[in-house]
Amino acid sequence: MKKIYDVVVIGAGPAGLSAAIEAKKSGAGDVLIIERNNEPGGILLQCIHNGFGSVIFKKDLPGPAYAWNFIEQARSLNVEMVFDTMVVDITGGRKIYASNSVEGFIELDAKAIVLAMGCRERTRAQIMAPGDRPAGVFTAGMVQRLVNIEGYMPGKNFVILGSGDIGMIMARRLTLEGAKVIKIIELLPYLTGLRRNYVQCLQDFGIPLELSTTIKRITGKKRVEAVETVGVDETLTPIAGTERVIACDSLILSVGLVPENELSRKAGVVLDPLTLGPVVDETMATNVPGIFAAGNVVTIYDLVDYVSMAGATAGISAAKFAAGAPVSPPAFTLTPGDGVRTVMPQKITGLSGPDASVLVELRASREFAGRVSVNILEDENIVYSHVEKYARPAEMITLKINWNETAKKLSNNKSGLKVNIAKI
Amino acid sequence: MEKKFICIRCPQGCEITTTLDGLGAITDITGNSCKLGIDYVKSELSDPRRTITTTVAVTGGELPLCPVWSEKPIPKDRVMEAAAVIRPITVAAPVDINQVICENILGTGINIISSRAITKGGQ
Repeated sequence: MKKIYDVVVIGAGPAGLSAAIEAKKSGAGDVLIIERNNEPGGILLQCIHNGFGSVIFKKDLPGPAYAWNFIEQARSLNVEMVFDTMVVDITGGRKIYASNSVEGFIELDAKAIVLAMGCRERTRAQIMAPGDRPAGVFTAGMVQRLVNIEGYMPGKNFVILGSGDIGMIMARRLTLEGAKVIKIIELLPYLTGLRRNYVQCLQDFGIPLELSTTIKRITGKKRVEAVETVGVDETLTPIAGTERVIACDSLILSVGLVPENELSRKAGVVLDPLTLGPVVDETMATNVPGIFAAGNVVTIYDLVDYVSMAGATAGISAAKFAAGAPVSPPAFTLTPGDGVRTVMPQKITGLSGPDASVLVELRASREFAGRVSVNILEDENIVYSHVEKYARPAEMITLKINWNETAKKLSNNKSGLKVNIAKI
Repeated sequence: MEKKFICIRCPQGCEITTTLDGLGAITDITGNSCKLGIDYVKSELSDPRRTITTTVAVTGGELPLCPVWSEKPIPKDRVMEAAAVIRPITVAAPVDINQVICENILGTGINIISSRAITKGGQ
């Protein structure tokens, strides 16, 4: 390892690999990825199901095969990768402190940094599931790792809480390996994962889904023996008399993901209280000069293809910064308006080249059944509009905006823009 | 007769409504946003298929399992049967990506192939 790098990327998942590849292609000399696992690929390595690559490769690939394309490219471009290494601190001056069992304590300087640490699963503690504390309560990603990488079947009869994609995918996976998935229950009145997973993971295998239902109690001395479920009303309040006891030996939680930003905070990166990730502009720059971020560390995506694309943008921006290109301060802010829960990027420089293409990723705050227009507003004036067949919190909406065109419609010279979703 | 589908060909998951005549032929399709939706409904009606993804045991590898998949979708009603055939398979490391793990699964003409490489190594 060297003492100074042009670009250091934290994390060798899809965002990090893409960032390193594009940084190299954009002329960065020394590019290093620091990864805590013993190999590159990130969470894709345990996502052995297909469904990856429809946007970038126009193919339907399993996670490891999708990752393979990027791992090979990074290797052939001589991106330096160091594994089994934990970054423990990053400063606003772009000093990186890390450690591993071979080199001990490591101190590096980076001309630019890309944060690509991904996200972590919400656990039992974060949803406050009451009851006993037996073995047999797992997060969906943990079960995925045990079954797909380490080769352990952690139970026989499963109940899954949460209708997120990983939960549904694991329901199918466990069934294929001979376990029984009794049912999936979901607190909200709608599916929180993609509908295609409802079809191919639940319907295909006859696994029931119960909406507006949650866990009232977990029982079991050493191992889970049963869970008690309860129906909830529109305000998510449990309805007395709807309790049911389901005998099972395992409970899987698929109750959401949270961007992992401990290091970002230490570096002084400002986080968005809604996405829980860094506030970024369309170049994926954070508020700290020379520190960029991409992927699930910024906002939780549905599709890895868009994670790779954001990583590429961050890598290009980091290479430019490392080469001494001037920094363009953001001229506009984007905030969620009616019908929108999160929006990313939260800032726009509007200066990214002649095509000035800006990718905006947003999530609806509620279900819109019919056609909607997704608008960017300057006061009441619509400066950009895009039609979707529907809008659902479970499905991220991606806008590809030609900012030059949009900027022409800005009249009031306002810097604060809003994004809303309106029924047509 | 009307039949409803949720398309699984891309993450959009279009809700497609199909009208069938007395003989089961399609007379109308609405709700799809592209050609893939029409293909999907046709195949769901005549020959529904799914890609199977699972793992096989590896001996002498850096990892105990190798992920595998059917290079093309196999008949949907034979997925569990295919899983049972694949489950006892063991391969020796090194495994290359796209290596054929099980040729012509269940006589479908479709191979089960690896989706990553596993290098040799002690466990």
